[in-house]
Amino acid sequence: MQSSDKPSRILVIGGGFSGLTTAVDAAESGAEVIIVEKNSYLGGRVAQLNKYFPKMCPPVCGLEINFRRIKTNPGIQCYTMSEVTSVSGGPGNYDVTIQRHPRYVNDKCTACNACAEACPAMRANDFNFGMDKTKAAYLPFNQAFPQQYVIDAKACKKDCGTSCKEACVYGAIDLDMKVETVSLKVDSIVVATGWNPYDAAKIETLGSGKVPNAISNMQMERLAAPNGPTGGAINRPSDGKPVQKIAFVQCAGSRDENHLAFCSYICCMASLKQTLYIREKNPDAEVSIFYIDMRTPGRYEKFLNQVQADEKVSFIKGKVAKIKKTKSGDVTVTAEDMLSGDKVEKTFDMVVLATGMEPAGAAQQLPGVNYIEGFAAPGAGIFPTGCSRNPMDVSKSAQDATSAALKAIHAGKGR
Amino acid sequence: MDKKLALYICKGCSIGESIKLEKIETVSKNKMKVPVVRNHETLCGTEGIAMIKADIAAEGVNTLVLAACSGRVKYEEFDFPGCIVERVPVRELAVWSQEKTDAQQAAEDYIQMGIIKAQKGDMPEPYLMETVKDILVIGGGVAGMNAALQSANSGYKVVLVEKEASLGGFSAKLYKKIPTTLPFKEPLIVDVDLEPTIKSVESNENIKVFKSAKVEKIEGQPGQFDVTISSNGSSEVVKIGAVILAAGWKPYDATRLGHLGYGRFKNVVTQVELEEIAKKGAIARPSDGKPAKKVAFVQCAGQRDANHLPYCSAMCCAASLKQAKYVRQDPDAIAMILYKDMRTPGRTEYYYKEAQNDPGVMLTKADVSGVSEAPDGNLYVEMKDSLLGSSVKLEADLVVLATGMVPATADDPVLNLQYRQGPGLPDLELFNGFADSNFICFQYETRRTGVFAAGAVRQPMNMTEAQEDATGAALKAIQSAEHVAVGMSVHPRAWDLTFPDPMMTRCTSCKRCTEECPFGAIDEDEKGTPFFKPGRCRRCATCMGACPERIVSFKDYHVDMIGSMMKSTSIPDDEDEPRVFVICCENDAYPAIDTAALQKMKLDPAARFITLRCLGSMNLVWLADAFSRGVDGMLLMGCKFGDNYQCHFAKGSELANYRLGKVQETLDRLQLEADRVKLVEVAIDEYGKVPQMITDFVDKIKEIGPNPFKGM
Repeated sequence: MQSSDKPSRILVIGGGFSGLTTAVDAAESGAEVIIVEKNSYLGGRVAQLNKYFPKMCPPVCGLEINFRRIKTNPGIQCYTMSEVTSVSGGPGNYDVTIQRHPRYVNDKCTACNACAEACPAMRANDFNFGMDKTKAAYLPFNQAFPQQYVIDAKACKKDCGTSCKEACVYGAIDLDMKVETVSLKVDSIVVATGWNPYDAAKIETLGSGKVPNAISNMQMERLAAPNGPTGGAINRPSDGKPVQKIAFVQCAGSRDENHLAFCSYICCMASLKQTLYIREKNPDAEVSIFYIDMRTPGRYEKFLNQVQADEKVSFIKGKVAKIKKTKSGDVTVTAEDMLSGDKVEKTFDMVVLATGMEPAGAAQQLPGVNYIEGFAAPGAGIFPTGCSRNPMDVSKSAQDATSAALKAIHAGKGR
Repeated sequence: MDKKLALYICKGCSIGESIKLEKIETVSKNKMKVPVVRNHETLCGTEGIAMIKADIAAEGVNTLVLAACSGRVKYEEFDFPGCIVERVPVRELAVWSQEKTDAQQAAEDYIQMGIIKAQKGDMPEPYLMETVKDILVIGGGVAGMNAALQSANSGYKVVLVEKEASLGGFSAKLYKKIPTTLPFKEPLIVDVDLEPTIKSVESNENIKVFKSAKVEKIEGQPGQFDVTISSNGSSEVVKIGAVILAAGWKPYDATRLGHLGYGRFKNVVTQVELEEIAKKGAIARPSDGKPAKKVAFVQCAGQRDANHLPYCSAMCCAASLKQAKYVRQDPDAIAMILYKDMRTPGRTEYYYKEAQNDPGVMLTKADVSGVSEAPDGNLYVEMKDSLLGSSVKLEADLVVLATGMVPATADDPVLNLQYRQGPGLPDLELFNGFADSNFICFQYETRRTGVFAAGAVRQPMNMTEAQEDATGAALKAIQSAEHVAVGMSVHPRAWDLTFPDPMMTRCTSCKRCTEECPFGAIDEDEKGTPFFKPGRCRRCATCMGACPERIVSFKDYHVDMIGSMMKSTSIPDDEDEPRVFVICCENDAYPAIDTAALQKMKLDPAARFITLRCLGSMNLVWLADAFSRGVDGMLLMGCKFGDNYQCHFAKGSELANYRLGKVQETLDRLQLEADRVKLVEVAIDEYGKVPQMITDFVDKIKEIGPNPFKGM
C-alpha cells in the first residue's frame, strides 16, 4: 500500500456498482485491477435503475463519475462479455482463466449506429427484461459504457448475409470473432457478482409469472426509466393502458421458506420509491402496498414518512395469499389484513411484485469460491462484496466494496 | 512547457460530409497560428493515431486539439501521455445534433474554442508539500479499533484517541452479542470477545493509543494536520495525514420518555441498562431484585417519532431479540417484544425466525401508547393496533425500552476543526446529526477533505456493519494521505494534478472565495487576507467562479481561458438569429447533452455549449464579456440543489444561482433584461428534455429581441 510497494494485482469479478467501487478505490490506491464482467456493459443492476432511493437521483450520475475514474486511471483493465472459468493457486499467486465471448464488434466501433440501421433482425431486449426489442446489432442502452455496439449472433438472420459488416465503414464488425481464453496472474480476487431478481414464475400463489399485468419491481424500474421500453410512461404490459390503481406486493418470494428465506433488504424502499414514480407522474393514481413489516432502517424512515403522508397511498399489513387476472386484464389481489383479521380482496390495473434478490451464486458459482445458500463466502485471498455475499442496497454496497478493496490490497502483500 | 500545437480534424462519423474543412484549416493555420493542421478519414483508427504519434515524435507536437468526438468516448485511443489533449466534440455538437445548414458555423466555433483552450491551458504541475501519512482515529469502539488495525496493518502509523479510560466503546458494555456468522442457530447469544481486538490494538507497534483523551483541535490540512490531543491534564500536538471519525453514539436520553414510564417506575429500564443488569447475573428487576419472569420490550421507544428521534436506529429489533434470549436463560421467564415493524433486514431475518421458534418469546406488532403501574411493582403496557386486538393492556414485571442511537456529532463537533468555516462536519443538520455522506454512490464523499466518518457516528448500524465501514474509511484515509503527498486531488477528481494558484498581489480580501469554498480550503490570516490550503482543495474551482478580481487560476482552467473562448464565438449578423451560450456542468448536464446528440436529437442552432468543471466555477465576468459583445442569452445547466443536492462539489449550482441573483446590477448597467440569463437544474438522465429546455430558452430570447450590443 505504501507508494514504494509493488502494486497488488486484484481481479474483480463483476462490474456492477460493488465491483466498480472496489476497482476504482483499489486503483486509486495504487493497485492494478482487472474487471471481468459478463454483460457487454458495466454498471450491473444499477444501470437498469431509474432512480435511487431516497434521493430520487439518477444512478447514471454516479456511474458517469466512476467511468471517468476508470478512463483516467491506467491501473484498470476491463473485460466485458467475459467469465471466469478456472481459478487455482492461492493468495498472492492466483492463476485465473477467463473466457471472452465474442462481441462481433471490435474497438474500432464509433457508435455511429450504421450497423443497427442496416440490421434486419430483431431480438428481445434483455436490458428491459424483454419488454421491447432491439436490432440484433445494438447498443445495450444509450448511456452504456463502453459505448460500443454488440451483435447478438443468436438473433442474427441466417440469410441476411453481412449487412451490418457492409454498413460499417470503420471495419468494426468482425463476424468471425471466436471465444478467447485469457490467462491472468493475480494476488487476490474480489467476488462482486451481484444478484438476480427472484423468478416470479416460481411463485404459484402470485400467478407463476403468468399474470401479464403483474410485473416485477425491476421491470417497473425499466418502465419508469426515460430509456425504458415506454420512454418512461408507466403503462401496463397487456394493453399499454396507463395505470390508475396499482398494488405493490411485498416479500414476493422473500422471507418465505419455499423461496428465499431471507429478507432482500431493498424491496420495501424500492416499492416506496416506485410509488413516488407513479404518484409524480399521475396525481390521480392510487397505490396500495401490501406488506408484512415495512423495513426502512436508519434514516430511510423519513422516506417512509414522506410516502405515508400521501393520502392516495394506503398500506395494508398482510401477506398476499393470491393474485389472479380478470377478463379485462386487471389483477385481483387477495390478502388478510393482519390487524383487523379481515380478508381483503381488491382489483388493480397493475400489480408490482416486490420480488427479492437472489444472489448470483444461486444460479452460477465461480470456481474456487465457497458458497453458502448461494451467497459467496470469504476465503484466504477471496473477498466477496455487495449483494453476492449479503442482500444490501447501493449505499451499503458502496461501503462494503470500499472495505473489500483494502482487504484485497492486503491479501497481495504476503508475497 | 513550450507548447507546439496541432489540430487534427476527423472526417469520420459524417463530419467530413457535413463540414467543409478548408476554411477551418486555413483560419486555424493563419489566424490562430496553429503550426500543424491535419485531417483524417478516421482519426481514432490505427492510421489516424499513428499520424498523431508521428507528429509528436517528428514535429515535437505536444498540445493536441482533436476535433472529432466527445471526450466521453475513445479515451483509450486518444491517450497521449505527456501531451495536452483538448477534445472538441464536433461530431456530437456540430454534426449529429445540427441540421446540415448549421453544422459549418458550429464546427468553426467549437474548433476555434478548442484551439483557444489549448493555447491558454498548460500542463498541470502538482502542488508538492511536506506531508505525513499518519492516520488519526477518533473513537476506540469496534469501528475505531478496526479502522486503526486496518490502517496499521497496511503499514501506516495510527494515533487512536478514546475518550473513556479503556477501549471497546459500546461493545464493552454488552453482556453478550449476536453471533457474527451464519447460521443463526442456538446459542443465539455469544460472548462479545473484545479482549483480543483490544489487545492487538494496544500491542500494535504502529498504533499509539491515547485513553481518557480528547481531540482539542485539528489545524492545518490533509497531509499536514496539527492535532492537539489532551489526556489526563496534559496535551500534545501530533502531525497527521488523514482523520477517521469513529466517535460512535450514545443512547437517546430516556428521561424524556416519561410516557413510557422511564424515571417514574423503577422497573422500566433501557436496552443499555438491561445489558448492565445481565452482566451482573440473572435478570433481576431494579425495584426489589426479584428475578424478572415477564419482560416486555417496547421497540422504537422515542424513535420513528417526530417528538423524539425521527429515524430508526436499525439495530434495536435484533438487539431486543437478543435480549429476549437473556430473559429466556431462565426457562420460566417469558419475553414479549412489542414492535411497530420488525426490522431484521437481509439475513438477520434468520435470527428473527430462530427467535420465533422459542415459545417463550412472544412477538406482536403494537403501537405502545403508555406504561402504567400495576400491583407488586409490575407494570401495564398499554397498546393499540396490535395483533392481539385494537386496545390491549399487558402486564409485565420488567419493561425494557429500545431507545435509539444518537450520534456523537449530534451536539458536539468532536473534530474541533480550526477551520474558518466551523469546527465540525457540514451538513449534519441534513442527516439528523449523523456525520454521513450526501451521496448514495460515494459513501465516503466528505465535505472536509481527508476527514472520513465511520460506524454509528455516520449511520445507525450494527457492529459487523461498523467494522466493514471502518475498513472502507481506512482505505479512503490512506488514499487521501497518499494523494496529497503527490499533489493529487481526491474523489471525485482523483486524477487531477492541478491546484488553485491565486495571484495574491491583486487580492482585495473581499472574502468571497473563503465564504463560498464548499470544502473550507481557504482560510484567512490575521489581516483578513485569504490563503489557500491546497490539501483541502477538491479542484471544483468554485473560488475561481467567486473571485470578482479573476485572480484564481488553475494551469488548465482559468477565467481568461473560458472568457476568451466565449469571445471567439461567432455572433450571427441576422437580428432574428440569436446566439446563446449554454454553460454546463461536465458531470451531469454535458453527458445529458452528449447523449441527446448520440441519439441524433437536434439541439437549437443558436446554442454554443461550454463545459465547466462545476457550475460553481462560473465567473460573472463571463456574462459581462459575452453580453457586451452581443451574445443574446446565457443558459446555465447545473445539478439539482437544495437538501437533496446532487452536486459533488456540494454547492456548485446553488452558488452559481446565488451569484446570478447579484448579476442584475451588471445587466442593469448594460441595460439588458434579467431574463437573458437563466439557470436550470438538469440531471444526467434528462437528455430527452434538454433539447426542449434549450429551445424554450432561445424562444424566450427571441421574444425579448436582439441584444442591443449586437454588431457594435
